[in-house]
Amino acid sequence: MTEQATLETPSTYKIIGTRPIRHDGVDKVTGRALYGADVQLPGLLYGKVLRSPHAHARIRRIDTSQAAKLPGVKAIVTAADMPDVGDKIQELGEGAIGLKYLSANLLATDKALYHGHAVAAVAATNVHIAEEALALIEVEYELLPPVLDVLAAMQPDAPILLDDLRTSEFGQKGAEPTNVAQHIRFQRGDLAAGFAAADVIVEREFTTSTVHQGYIEPQNATALWNSDGAITIWTSTQGAHSARDQVAEVLQLPVTRIKVVPMEIGGGFGGKISIYLEPLAALLSRKAGHKPVKLVMNRAEVLMATGPTSGSAIRVKMGATKAGRITAAEVWMAYEAGGFPGSPVGSGMNVILSPYRIENLLMDGYDVVVNKPRASAYRAPGGTNAAFAAEAVIDELCEKLSMDPLEFRLLNGAQEGDRRGDGPAYRRIGYLETVRAIQESAHYRTPLEGPNRGRGIASGYWGNWGGKSSVSASVNADGQVSLVEGSTDIGGSRTSIAMQLAETLGVSAQAVKPTVVDTDSVAYNDVTGGSRTTFGTGWAAYELGLKLKEEMIARVAELWEIEPAEVAYADGAFTAGEQRLTFKEAAAKLNEDRPIMASATTHAQEYGPGFATHCVDVEVDPETGKVTILRYTAAQDVGQAVHPSYVEGQIQGGVAQGIGWALNEEYFYDSQGHLLNASLLDYRMPVASDLPMIDTILVEVPNPGHPYGVRGVGEVPIVPPAGALANAIYDAVGVRVTHLPMSPAQILEALWAK
Amino acid sequence: MATVWIPSLLRDLTGGALHVAVPGEKVRDLIAALDARYPGLAARLVEDGALRHGIVLTVDGVANRQGLRARVQPDSEVHFVPAIGGG
Repeated sequence: MTEQATLETPSTYKIIGTRPIRHDGVDKVTGRALYGADVQLPGLLYGKVLRSPHAHARIRRIDTSQAAKLPGVKAIVTAADMPDVGDKIQELGEGAIGLKYLSANLLATDKALYHGHAVAAVAATNVHIAEEALALIEVEYELLPPVLDVLAAMQPDAPILLDDLRTSEFGQKGAEPTNVAQHIRFQRGDLAAGFAAADVIVEREFTTSTVHQGYIEPQNATALWNSDGAITIWTSTQGAHSARDQVAEVLQLPVTRIKVVPMEIGGGFGGKISIYLEPLAALLSRKAGHKPVKLVMNRAEVLMATGPTSGSAIRVKMGATKAGRITAAEVWMAYEAGGFPGSPVGSGMNVILSPYRIENLLMDGYDVVVNKPRASAYRAPGGTNAAFAAEAVIDELCEKLSMDPLEFRLLNGAQEGDRRGDGPAYRRIGYLETVRAIQESAHYRTPLEGPNRGRGIASGYWGNWGGKSSVSASVNADGQVSLVEGSTDIGGSRTSIAMQLAETLGVSAQAVKPTVVDTDSVAYNDVTGGSRTTFGTGWAAYELGLKLKEEMIARVAELWEIEPAEVAYADGAFTAGEQRLTFKEAAAKLNEDRPIMASATTHAQEYGPGFATHCVDVEVDPETGKVTILRYTAAQDVGQAVHPSYVEGQIQGGVAQGIGWALNEEYFYDSQGHLLNASLLDYRMPVASDLPMIDTILVEVPNPGHPYGVRGVGEVPIVPPAGALANAIYDAVGVRVTHLPMSPAQILEALWAK
Repeated sequence: MATVWIPSLLRDLTGGALHVAVPGEKVRDLIAALDARYPGLAARLVEDGALRHGIVLTVDGVANRQGLRARVQPDSEVHFVPAIGGG
């Protein structure tokens, strides 16, 4: 069931808000869409990667001589083939990483820092020979004690992963070697006075396991390093230009030497922003005599060496008055970064309290390296575990105050003028509207009955992003518009961008034909991430539409021998007095003279944040600890929904991933840091039979910072599920589970301890 | 004068002040004025003539990519916040 509520002025749009069939739909449902693993080239070689069997080890020696002698082996590369990249910081579009760490993650240099860390790569005439060659590479390791837990890694006597790492604190580096890469603090008001004014205080500690994005398509890359020095890479990526720039930096090459061709992408969720295989395939190609080389990970490699997002330890303390006003909040959070710095602790800090108006707060966050794969972004990075902690504490406050959780949120919810956790004030936001939408929903108004059943509420926030976008288009003689864009289409953005161009031009969505092209064929586009593409590239499409209209008006005026100001364009037709040309007629006429084309670039900044409130009903089996989800409703401020079906799909997908994170998903390591469940049989993601229909309520509070009121929608929906489920489980069986996942074992332990 | 919110980890330099009003037409001017009053503050915000990596400037609630050359109004509110990444 879907509800949709536009809360500002009624829509006058003709295209935006409709549900046309997606432009890439036929190729996707017929299996004709081409993914990275489908790439075939003459003389193609196949590569495989040798990975460390140890979580923490110094690499004493690598001997590839026996492997090189194996018939069919064409090239072998190790870190010795990688150039020295120095200490530069590399921007990834969103976020940044030290280049030497990015490079060392691709191929281990002096140390293997996690089980599965790449050590060498082989190219051979077929994949079986490449695998055989891996077994012939001799690596001498000196085993070191692994550090697998964020709190253990922060201890003063913990084994150090990176000898040169010092704690960074807003432009200042610590003096001592450490595993704590960064300390962030948000602070305002008077914390002591805030807690002194509280009638009720709740303080709890939470821990969460390492989880993976779970995209279905494994990482892949095919590269041809041509004999003229030009490099072409076909890959699955959330950002072709970002991938190009990363490859250029780690190989120390000019960006224009490299062309990245983005293939269709079978899911990314943040995990396909960073490069893994691309430089290896390129180096192998060069070393093999300029033959193309394809590398495709298997599922075990994906789980061992890509993704995941951070395990974490979080402590939340909040106080409130008898009337239900929050008086103070204190948060301490430490996130695992994996083998190299860069956990999403900063964004977790942004998420954790942002739905609420809190005058007195202190938040400390720590980015901590441990012997696990380098953490990648994962849909609202760091937000799900953060909200799990805060929303559970808020639920406990509500219980102590005998207050309805939605009324508590209405009393304390942030609105325009209130401040985010990190300080800046909000412009127009729609958080309270999402709370009211749940309050008025059929779900919340229906009493839940039966033993061991419970209902949970939680809210969530994501700040969203703008980023750089570039588009171009030509108006063809038949009146169709060819739109060229560079944003990877993960969730239907070809169509949502085409619709914004169509709306601006006054033509149908199907009159615009979008194509995602390679890095040589369109100017720079930031990654599809941060919920930015429909907002940012959509804005570029709007600007492009204005330019095309202006161009066509000027040329129609030329045709009619009048001034452009005398030509009006509305409802798909150019008019001046009695003269009239439809868009299609004008396209035909004007193309007789010369082509019609334009381009536009944007770097939009006024991305309005998104908020959501979720309601879930569960039944807990007290014998087994299994949680069955009975009903789920997600209300979200989506700004102006460009294509409501895709917005609903984003919400349902985010909720499904959040449920998996909440109830089942986790990395299991043994004491030596070996990943024990590197398969989808043992890494338990939710399947269709685990989930009910996820009902959505689209709350449309247009973003005043976008010409069509667009807000990012993709990330917010993964934030509240874990908190909502924790609260529902408590309501059902009276135990507060403080660890993710809330697996049957965790719930049984909590029940037995009750 | 524009109001600059001092990042909490830099408030040891400002005697604990949460925000400080300083004159200037551009963010560069504000930081120079702050540094004159609280020596060492500019070095924590600026490196190689630009805002340090990982710092996002917001002016009046909106992220601003102009960095040191960003213009401010007399009633502007300026924040330097940690950059975050999305998925």
